[in-house]
Amino acid sequence: MANTPKGQNEVIFHSIHLPESWKLANYLSVGGYDALKKVLAEKMPPDEIINQLKISALRGRGGAGFPTGLKWSFMPRNYEGDKYLVCNSDEGEPGTFKDRDIIRYNPHQLIEGMIIGGYTLGAKVGYNYIHGEIWEAYERFEEALDEARAAGLLGRNILGSGLDFDIHAHHGFGAYVCGEETALLESIEGKKGQPRFKPPFPASFGLYGKPTTINNTETLASIPYIVKHGGQKFLELGKPNNGGTKIFSVSGHVNSPGNFEVAMGTPFSELLAMAGGVRGGRKLKAVIPGGSSVPVLPGEIMMQLTMDYDSIAQAGSYLGAGSVIVMDDTVCMVRALERLSYFYFEESCGQCTPCREGTGWLYRIIHRIEHGLGRPEDLDLLDSVAGNISGRTICALGDAAAMPVQGMLKHFRHEFEHHIQHKKCMV
Amino acid sequence: MLNIEIDGKQLTVEPGTTIIDAADAAGIYIPRFCYHKKLSVAANCRMCLVQVEKAPKPMPACATPVTDGMKVMTRSETALKAQKAVMEFLLVNHPLDCPICDQGGECQLQDLAVGYGMGNSRYAEEKRVVLNKNIGPLISTDMTRCIHCTRCVRFGQEIAGIMEMGQIGRGEHSEITTFIESSIGSELSGNIIDLCPVGALTSKPFRYSARGWELTTRPSISPHDGLGANLAVETKNNRVFRVLPRDNEEINECWLSDKDRFAYEGLNSPERLQRPMVKRYGEWRECDWPEALEAVAGGLKRVRTENGDAQIGALASPHATVEELYLLQKLMHGIGSGNVDHRLRQSDFSADANLQGAPWLGMAIAELEKLDSVLVVGSTLRADHPLLAHRLRQAVKRGAQLNLINPVDDDLLCNVANKAIVAPDAMVQALDQVRRALAGSESSPESTVLSPEMPYGTQHSIALAIAASLRQGERKAVLLGNLAQHHPRYAELHALAQQVAELAGAKLGFLGEAANSVGACLAGAVPGNDGMNAGKMVEDPRRAYILLGVEAELDSYNPARILAALQSAQLVVALSPYKHHALDYAHVLLPVAPFSETSGTFVSTEGRAQSFSAAVKPLGETRPAWKVLRVLGNLMELPGFDYESSEQVRAEALHGDLSAKLNNQLKAPVAKPVGAAAGGLQRIGEVPMYHADSIVRRATALQKTAAAGMPAATMNGETLDRAGVAEGTDVIVRQGAGSVVLKAVRDDRLPNDCVRVPAGHPATAMLGGMLDEIVVGRAG
Amino acid sequence: MLTPESLKKIDREVAKYPPEHKQSAVMSALRIAQDEKGWLAPETIAFVAHYLGMQPIAAQEVATFYNMYDLKPVGKHKITVCTNLSCTLMGAESAVEYLQRKLGIGFGETTPDGRFTLKEGECMGACGDAPLFQLNNKKICANLSPETIDAILAGLD
Ligand SMILES: Cc1cc2nc3c(=O)[nH]c(=O)nc-3n(C[C@H](O)[C@H](O)[C@H](O)COP(=O)(O)O)c2cc1C
Ligand code: SF4
Ligand code: FES
Repeated sequence: MANTPKGQNEVIFHSIHLPESWKLANYLSVGGYDALKKVLAEKMPPDEIINQLKISALRGRGGAGFPTGLKWSFMPRNYEGDKYLVCNSDEGEPGTFKDRDIIRYNPHQLIEGMIIGGYTLGAKVGYNYIHGEIWEAYERFEEALDEARAAGLLGRNILGSGLDFDIHAHHGFGAYVCGEETALLESIEGKKGQPRFKPPFPASFGLYGKPTTINNTETLASIPYIVKHGGQKFLELGKPNNGGTKIFSVSGHVNSPGNFEVAMGTPFSELLAMAGGVRGGRKLKAVIPGGSSVPVLPGEIMMQLTMDYDSIAQAGSYLGAGSVIVMDDTVCMVRALERLSYFYFEESCGQCTPCREGTGWLYRIIHRIEHGLGRPEDLDLLDSVAGNISGRTICALGDAAAMPVQGMLKHFRHEFEHHIQHKKCMV
Repeated sequence: MLNIEIDGKQLTVEPGTTIIDAADAAGIYIPRFCYHKKLSVAANCRMCLVQVEKAPKPMPACATPVTDGMKVMTRSETALKAQKAVMEFLLVNHPLDCPICDQGGECQLQDLAVGYGMGNSRYAEEKRVVLNKNIGPLISTDMTRCIHCTRCVRFGQEIAGIMEMGQIGRGEHSEITTFIESSIGSELSGNIIDLCPVGALTSKPFRYSARGWELTTRPSISPHDGLGANLAVETKNNRVFRVLPRDNEEINECWLSDKDRFAYEGLNSPERLQRPMVKRYGEWRECDWPEALEAVAGGLKRVRTENGDAQIGALASPHATVEELYLLQKLMHGIGSGNVDHRLRQSDFSADANLQGAPWLGMAIAELEKLDSVLVVGSTLRADHPLLAHRLRQAVKRGAQLNLINPVDDDLLCNVANKAIVAPDAMVQALDQVRRALAGSESSPESTVLSPEMPYGTQHSIALAIAASLRQGERKAVLLGNLAQHHPRYAELHALAQQVAELAGAKLGFLGEAANSVGACLAGAVPGNDGMNAGKMVEDPRRAYILLGVEAELDSYNPARILAALQSAQLVVALSPYKHHALDYAHVLLPVAPFSETSGTFVSTEGRAQSFSAAVKPLGETRPAWKVLRVLGNLMELPGFDYESSEQVRAEALHGDLSAKLNNQLKAPVAKPVGAAAGGLQRIGEVPMYHADSIVRRATALQKTAAAGMPAATMNGETLDRAGVAEGTDVIVRQGAGSVVLKAVRDDRLPNDCVRVPAGHPATAMLGGMLDEIVVGRAG
Repeated sequence: MLTPESLKKIDREVAKYPPEHKQSAVMSALRIAQDEKGWLAPETIAFVAHYLGMQPIAAQEVATFYNMYDLKPVGKHKITVCTNLSCTLMGAESAVEYLQRKLGIGFGETTPDGRFTLKEGECMGACGDAPLFQLNNKKICANLSPETIDAILAGLD
């Protein structure tokens, strides 16, 4: 490709070319902590920061795409007492691996974003909840925190400004559901990660019952850029209502899987090309565009889409966390769905009935079909059970378990029928 | 107020109300499993999903607060579809073994499945099987049936005050269990049987014995502690099979203590006395009622003529009914003896002359929950008053300060603001220090007499802190527990507590020990003019004794002494439902009905008179005690013993305004100068929970619990060292001539020079005073 | 029950949270205990619960909720292979096959000499480097091939 793709490594991975890019000195060398210094020097009013976030059209990178500026405005301003900022680095959605790389390669930008968050939201303490399986990233983040503390960037009286804010890392230990924000809070409180019923929302009743804002790693790591360059510039990187760049994690049947930070609105075809195209030059069969929880889309449809929230949603799926799972024509969709359904069955927290009982039911039916024991009525049953789960659970894991099933049945029903009829795969 | 509409009904409700509460109040039933009015909202079963206008998804009614103008449809197509789907999911892994399930016929899942089920299941896969857990002698588990509503878990955390049940694992593999299958120890554990909407947690003693629909339910009142819990006694074939709570928000709410729930087994004990017995020439034999009653009347007449009326004494259990106690004292007064008492475990009666009424809680039970600050003096609270302890826990959760002056430091499962854990004797000083602090003389600590056990500063500063705590807040109370009421310096404690309460603007209350402690006073079962109190009747033995429901060596302050007194008597008549140790000292045994077989009245610690009728017919030739006493009155040719019914007796016993007869104030509250503490080792002899009365002592399942275990001699490390005994070894404990070998146990929360040796237990029934000096030595 | 070093590590974790919320450190404390003992025996869970002032059942809830705690003894080296969709598409199956053949054990099993335990894991958030496994809960070994697997295993004691 001749030109650099728009927005490539503009916001988050701008220091990735440096050796040991994670070290404080290196981050400082590319203008790191400038945004924080600006905030502190200018005593930027929190409202102004929130306003810039709103202009930027930054939407939560954790999957739901909720506008961050709006979320921050929900925090009670005049609340006396503790408030918390929590970073969600519990990345466990199959196909997603961007937050790990942010922590590994640019932890200080996340720290800087969190400090600005603490300043804006009036929180004195922040926690970063790090996925249990990535211990090395956890250690690296701890080291970065130590560095920042030693440099007076964290703790009491940050850079002599009078601002107090500290960050602690909380290490997860293997539970996908803890990525759900209230399960994550429960987990920080030392309990099982079972999501809470909302309302009340974390902004009024969060960690330890105190007002809390939770954002994804990538969301928070985007803040310094917006503060430094203004919301407008960030917005213009992407498209209206879909500001900025986004890190897309591309995995599956591509020649060079990996993370690609490009502008929101980049055509999927361009992204696929960046990832080296479909492995072995095979035919693109299907893509899960936003992580295992979102409905699968056939390759032909995907090739028409641009990578942003609105475009993918229009096609009947979600951008999610920007996790692109590419499947070529060797993939049996029944097997693929069986594996995904097993995941939700395994990871259901067990709290609410439809999810606890329904995920196992879905898995067992698909498992049966995959093993040649399907019945003609199974596909309607699958659809019905998935429908009975979605919208009726405490958290969105129930929907996350139902959507892949519904998506597969929508686009690849014939493969399932073939399996049932012929007791074997068509590919 | 908000205006809402549920199923077309216009309702006005308070802000903050949930849809389910609004619907319940309006008589609209929304199905539910996890929701319970007394527990936090978990919203995990999803059975209560309803349609809310403009909401994109069905909402859980239990967790959704109403908003103004909200329109709720609980039976619309959307709502029913959601409810049916949830029901289908609930049955996916449920064994559907209703025919062999103990919950059959009273199962919420079964009931709702009929209304919301699909008939045949679309689930054709394998069902989950969960291994059963042994969680102790009271509760039987069948965890494959569990629907994970977590009511049992929340009950532990929120009501019992201790998380003993949990949900381990996750997803479909989740299981409800205790830690590594340990037994559940809470004194309120049985409530999870009621809470469990399915047959996962059922009553072990009741198991497989009857179906819910075969049982007849009779309302009754608990005969155990002073709470007056409202019971539903369930019977079949003239036998009590089960006891359940009856809801009464003002008393037990929807709960029961395990004692109230499981003690009924004692009613069916093989030790029940079924025919009268008389001892002739040293031999016991059964006889008929006329012969037995003649023997009693004859014997009493002989003592009257030979030794005088005052040689007859009557000792009654405070678990007896008002009617029984009233007739007993009437009989005694008719005979011409004022020697009647029910306070067998009391040791200091010196305040009697200053009493102005029946000591009582001093407030309504429900008020406990609203206190801002409370001082409890001398109580093994959770064991003695499980549900009063729960009320206080709720108060603490609300922000109340609980303060304690106590010889033991048992876990109250809530935050205790200040506690002075001192030897029984030093409790008086500790309370006096609080009084001084409140009176404003705290600036001259020199004048405070200190307990030798406590470093000077500690106890004094605790007293100051307690005083400060009692100064704050609106609603406050000083409560005297069983250990205070049994205390050899009870009068001083009473007087000091009264002054503390006055100075702090607090209410003074007594945690009534037994079901009818208050009623006994009202019925006059206290010494009349020139009459002897329970202590005096033992110190100065009488020729004849009438024992009503008393097991002397287990129910008295000093078993050794009372046994000596009874053994020396010429005539001992025991009215009792049980054949017991009285065989050794009595001359006539009369089988009288326990509460379940008679009508009667208990006046609870809050002064509430609650009458009940018999749930079953008396066993064998057992008779209601009030009838026996009526006949005895007639045989003794006393006037006024022609009652037709227990109601008549009640009307006479409890005439007039009861509340006017409740009074905790001493006429002349002058405390004796605080003396020095006694030397030597002091016994802390509390009555264990499941040995407090004769019924519970015979409740087999409760007797298998840890709380009913063998008494030990518990001391702190220093005291063990000084006594030259090692933790875990056998030691000999001695009081007077009585001695017993017990296991030495170490508990460093006990004060120095104290030995905790429970009373009320056969194993320690040869010892002396519950709070008197005790000697410990190496055994063997 | 735990070594002073472990307790020191736990104390470090406790310090991250408000003093009245010691329970927040339970996940780390269990992890530290597991690192020391190899697995979480009931006594170990009870000890940790006691150390943090919580009920044992509450700690057991945590220990059984999160996948990476081992409630039964495991081999000296625990190998957890991700078999989720991305990894499977990228060759996890052959990596698993190779590992199982080489070690002679299946998922959930431990080699007779007690050196290796093989487990199936869920997404580790590193799918770009698939196929991969996690070694002893600490290290992600990525881009597996028979050669890399041989090299990794050869480097272990
Ligand atoms: C089952 C489930 C898993 C989730 N996992 C993650 C995750 O791994 N990382 C994340 O940032 N958000 C995850 N989320 C979304 C969070 O709940 C939350 O929306 C997000 O952290 C908010 O941050 P944002 O607004 O910056 O996106 C998950 C949600 C659900 C329902
Ligand atoms: S045992 Fe009963 S009360 Fe406890 S969670 Fe299961 S169904 Fe609910
Ligand atoms: S009763 Fe509302 S979710 Fe269970």
